[in-house]
Amino acid sequence: MKYIDEFRDGALARRLAAAIAREADPTRNYSLMEFCGGHTHAISRYGIKDLLPANVHMIHGPGCPVCVLPVGRIDNAIELAGRPGLILATYADTMRLPASNGLSLLKAKARGADIRMVYSSADAVRIARDNPHREVVFFAIGFETTTPATAVAIKEAATLGLGNFSVFCNHVLTPAAIANILESPEVRELGTVPLDGFIGPAHVSTVIGSQPYEYFSEEYRRPVVIAGFEPLDVMQAILMLIRQLNDGRAEVENEFTRAVTREGNAKAKALVADFFELRRSFEWRGLGEVPYSALRIKEKYRSFDAEARYGLEYRSVPDNKACECGAILRGVKKPTDCKVFGTVCTPENPIGSCMVSSEGACAAHYTYGRFKGVPVTAAAAP
Amino acid sequence: MCLAIPARVVALSEPDTALIDVDGVRKRISLALVDAVAVGDYVIVHVGYALARLDPEEAARTLALFAEAAPAPLAATGTGP
Amino acid sequence: MSDVRSDYVRPVDFKRGRVDMTHGAGGRAMAQLIAELFVHEFDNDWLRAQNDSACMEVPAGRMVMATDSHVVSPLFFPGGDIGSLSVHGTINDVAMSGAKPLYLAATFVLEEGFALADLKRIVVSMAAASRAAGVPIVTGDTKVVEKGKGDGVFITTTGVGMVPDGVDIGGDRACPGDAIIVSGSIGDHGVAIMSLRENLSFETGIESDTAALHGLVAAMVASVPGIHCLRDPTRGGLATTLNEIAAQSRCGMVIRERDVPVKAQVNAACEFLGLDPLYVANEGKLVAIVPQAQALHLLSTMRAHPLGRDAALIGEVVEDPLHFVQLETSFGGRRNVDWLTGEQLPRIC
Repeated sequence: MKYIDEFRDGALARRLAAAIAREADPTRNYSLMEFCGGHTHAISRYGIKDLLPANVHMIHGPGCPVCVLPVGRIDNAIELAGRPGLILATYADTMRLPASNGLSLLKAKARGADIRMVYSSADAVRIARDNPHREVVFFAIGFETTTPATAVAIKEAATLGLGNFSVFCNHVLTPAAIANILESPEVRELGTVPLDGFIGPAHVSTVIGSQPYEYFSEEYRRPVVIAGFEPLDVMQAILMLIRQLNDGRAEVENEFTRAVTREGNAKAKALVADFFELRRSFEWRGLGEVPYSALRIKEKYRSFDAEARYGLEYRSVPDNKACECGAILRGVKKPTDCKVFGTVCTPENPIGSCMVSSEGACAAHYTYGRFKGVPVTAAAAP
Repeated sequence: MCLAIPARVVALSEPDTALIDVDGVRKRISLALVDAVAVGDYVIVHVGYALARLDPEEAARTLALFAEAAPAPLAATGTGP
Repeated sequence: MSDVRSDYVRPVDFKRGRVDMTHGAGGRAMAQLIAELFVHEFDNDWLRAQNDSACMEVPAGRMVMATDSHVVSPLFFPGGDIGSLSVHGTINDVAMSGAKPLYLAATFVLEEGFALADLKRIVVSMAAASRAAGVPIVTGDTKVVEKGKGDGVFITTTGVGMVPDGVDIGGDRACPGDAIIVSGSIGDHGVAIMSLRENLSFETGIESDTAALHGLVAAMVASVPGIHCLRDPTRGGLATTLNEIAAQSRCGMVIRERDVPVKAQVNAACEFLGLDPLYVANEGKLVAIVPQAQALHLLSTMRAHPLGRDAALIGEVVEDPLHFVQLETSFGGRRNVDWLTGEQLPRIC
């Protein structure tokens, strides 16, 4: 696949690994956070950790919109799906998220709720068009990459005059999450979580551009390198961060120049600004209430807002006491620090969101990294 | 984070739609979020929408950067660390 | 006056007719459907005898029996349908023990309202698959359930076969040092099916790989009687099959990503949807685990057969107290290939 395979070349990977090993200062540690769940997935899937020197540590950030969706919002979605005749259209990522009372959207579907998995928000609009006598709600999740798709869907529904279509909006914002981490006591004051630099999200940046990260590098004196999704992109970004740290620089650099500019996608941003506005506060699973971190549908499009239309009430549900997702999402703890990791909490029976999404730190570690440290030998052929 | 994939535009149609191709797999996607896309361009596709045109020159430049940052080792020894 | 013959019986309307409750009631309508469709298409003496059972001569030796239910949706897909799938699937299950499949039984649970035209199309396909494979369908059953209680049609097939002497193939026989071979490209069937799913539709030239593998297996067993394991990776894909065998044999495995054959289009479709080809279903492929010394010989035997042209040696069995299946990525790292969790769902993240 063009523009994919070339960025997965193993030979180039080994050379980049050698460069990283050469340039990393052996007298110090480098703690780098990859914010984005897609990068967590790439690091796990390609075993990039194997190629890094011991003093370069990757910390998984909360950039997985599925992982940070609070239980109370999933309960709301299940509540919507339970309304007689209502069709809930959702991305497949949400289906297995654990909600209250042992439920999930998948289980609700098994009990008769009409929940349909869609690949695109456009499919949700089509379902509304094809079923004029039924209420259709689109369960919108995602960071800035996915928000424009929801905006287009609302615009399309408005143009078509679809009175039966609405959106349950759970879109969240990247810069707010980064700020929240940098402001956390462990990072800011206590210094218990060393955080030297960030690998910035790939596709979010396609939309918002590299400019919004400049605030972080200036205010918090941490370098940010925006990286593409492929493993070579990630390794190059790690090299660039190491160089910045060695030079004492704290700048925003862009490794993903083939798709990201400083300004981003003006057309998409304008569309989002037309349909959405900031919520004063929004609860993130594991991070608690985060100010100005999420979007809701504007007043003028109220009729397309499922929360208003169905009078949804949000009830905050605390995580299971043993669940360490919050600490893991902030990079304060590792999956193996969680008492229930791999025993009570597994991908088959997830307690918390870090285990459900394939990019959650726990799922990634369980699926790809559990075997590390166990010696494996092939018997000599007889 | 978001699963997005570079795809080649093989045909354009109204309104604001394109047929894209990745190694023989084809899908109709929306161009509502981008401007001035031509047949033969590569776009980044996420949940059925093109988010940006992929710049082939920058792609080439990035690949060259990988090779440049790490001159080949003198002897073909094992992998890095 | 009418010119109708006195012995005229109105034939079943396969063009516009639909299954109704009388077809399962055991009466005349059912008998007619059986005679005009199943007996007519499957066309053998056992069925023509019209008994509730079939009596067959079997050679002395070890008999193998296997059974499978088929609930695939959609019923018709590029490369096959539920009918051909049900014939190939059970033939393959029997063949995976090294046995020569001999006879099949087929049962149908039909939903009231199911179009007879579709049923006929499925039965014709089954008959063709059965004839091509040389394995007759000798007995069967039909039931009808009320509308809403079935998905059009569910088919269960059961098959029997005989294992040749000297052949001892089982999931618990893999040994550290053994070679792991796959008969061809993986993920074809799953992608072919997924491309038809509502809300996911994409165009691809990929067809299901559904096929009867007993001919390939016979050639393999003749050339290397000491094969340790054979299994066809269906639901859950290659990853699941390897994990099953690793658990049964109490060993680990290491496979190499660059050696696993995957068609470019299957790869691309999986990229689109965030799926891993290792977990995508197959219906015409097998995994063989064989002592290393015989691996190359087996490989060349397989490649000489039309269903094994793309056979590849993908890895080795290793000692591992945790029975993990590991993948050496083409990138140079290593990662676990775990059991499939739940159903593989497309994702946006």
